[in-house]
Amino acid sequence: MITAGIDMGSATIKAVILKDGKVLAQNIIDTGREKEKLAKEALDGALKKAKLSLSDVEHIGVTGVGYKIIPFADKQVTVVGADAKGALYLFPSVRTVIDIGAEEGRAIKCTPDGRIVDFAINEKCAAGAGSFTESMSRAIELSVQEFAKVSLESTQSIPLNAQCAVFAESEVVGLIHAKTSKADIARAVHDGISARISAMARTVGLGKDVLLIGGMARNVGLVASLNKDLELEVMIPKEPEFIGAIGAALSAAE
Amino acid sequence: MTTGTEKRKEKKVEYWKWPESRSTTPGIDWTKASIITCGIDVGSVSSQAVIMTDGKLFAYSSRRTGYNSPESARNALNWALEGTGMKPEDIHYTVGTGYGRVNVPFAQRAITEIACHARGANYLYGPSVRTILDVGGQDCKVIRCDERGKVETFLMNDKCAAGTGRGMEIIADLLSVPVQDIGRLSFEVDEEPPPVSSTCTIFAKAEATGLLESGWPLNRVLAAYCRAMAHRIGELILRAGVAKDFAMTGGMAKNEGVVKRLAKELNIDILPPSFDTQIAGAVGAALFAKVLAEKEQKK
Repeated sequence: MITAGIDMGSATIKAVILKDGKVLAQNIIDTGREKEKLAKEALDGALKKAKLSLSDVEHIGVTGVGYKIIPFADKQVTVVGADAKGALYLFPSVRTVIDIGAEEGRAIKCTPDGRIVDFAINEKCAAGAGSFTESMSRAIELSVQEFAKVSLESTQSIPLNAQCAVFAESEVVGLIHAKTSKADIARAVHDGISARISAMARTVGLGKDVLLIGGMARNVGLVASLNKDLELEVMIPKEPEFIGAIGAALSAAE
Repeated sequence: MTTGTEKRKEKKVEYWKWPESRSTTPGIDWTKASIITCGIDVGSVSSQAVIMTDGKLFAYSSRRTGYNSPESARNALNWALEGTGMKPEDIHYTVGTGYGRVNVPFAQRAITEIACHARGANYLYGPSVRTILDVGGQDCKVIRCDERGKVETFLMNDKCAAGTGRGMEIIADLLSVPVQDIGRLSFEVDEEPPPVSSTCTIFAKAEATGLLESGWPLNRVLAAYCRAMAHRIGELILRAGVAKDFAMTGGMAKNEGVVKRLAKELNIDILPPSFDTQIAGAVGAALFAKVLAEKEQKK
């Protein structure tokens, strides 16, 4: 059976094609205003890579921000549900899933059979999500990738007093004037996000195996801060941004 | 064709700041005053100097805070004194307040802005005030006080930009609307839109951009934003509890777009100010300065 999963993120839209539970193709595009059109575009891209057409797809699952407004999908899956499903399918040992996207952070605790015990979401505050690194990397004139990497070269930890991403921007400007190195500034930002995320993960409960997914899992600086805060090594899938879409596709197959 | 310099000048338009102001109360001969005191409020965005003669408001100024707090304090004082003939040496006692209060080199004492706003509101609005909402550049405080302007309790948000002046500055800059025009424009809509749904200022900014892109007129976006701001501030007020009379100080009190919506949301009356609400903290400081100066004279 061929199924498709679409994950409507706040920054990107992800689409995957599964055949009998195996990933055939995946596609990621930037999001925009016309959600429905873009969701279709993301799916078409994935289908093209899989050399399939829409008529080959039996079921389409959709998740993410505003997942209820995609009319061509026949299965709507909550973000937390899709994350847990995708994560446990690929990594059966995982009990805690942390998903950090552009505008949201989530921590999910599940049972071995994939049941969700508890979850926490931060969707209110940019300081606990990826867009914080975006604005901060702009402030110190680095690309997001450079910003992530340079963080590892930090020699000292500087706590940011500001808890708010808006106020932190002013504080970072102050750090720049004080000639603080870019590495130390980047680490301070990652430590700040990590503090929020790990507090959330602790609230839901840490299992033995913790999986980090979402676009921010590619940020090596944040991963280093998280590992330190959680006192463990998080597991990271090779393509961490597609787990939600895979979960949606799996749910559609049921 | 615009030249490079002109372009730079154009870029320098700062929509987010309240205009600077100064005033002298007419008909007061300060040379006859037995006690002259000064209150300096060094805030995150603006600094105020208030001069009082025998406990009466004589002159004030409100200016932008620079990166150097002592200098901002001095600039505010000099501007308040301008044209009055009074010199800094004529002042008997100065109290500093605001986040830069310890950086007022010519002040004899520093007192928290919470105490000063309560005291200042008591003087400016009268002794009936029991709840004061002070929304400044980077924080928001709800202060409950007694009939003498003495603080009973307070609640404060200084952790999150949403519901502070900063949130409004960002939208002013984004939409290139001077902050003093936002309130008026926000009422020039056919019907009141739903509030912007994001809490975080960063997300709200993105949401506002999206609304504009989807064809909302500018005024409607401003209305949605002001409404969200009023809601956010309202949550803090409800936690502190409202006791009559209710008054506002700080820059946000001048934004009717938020003030009127807040009054509606909480179903309360907000006392109308007859002065620049940004000076309330400095007024309170100058009043404390009078008490302290009198104590010293008795010694």
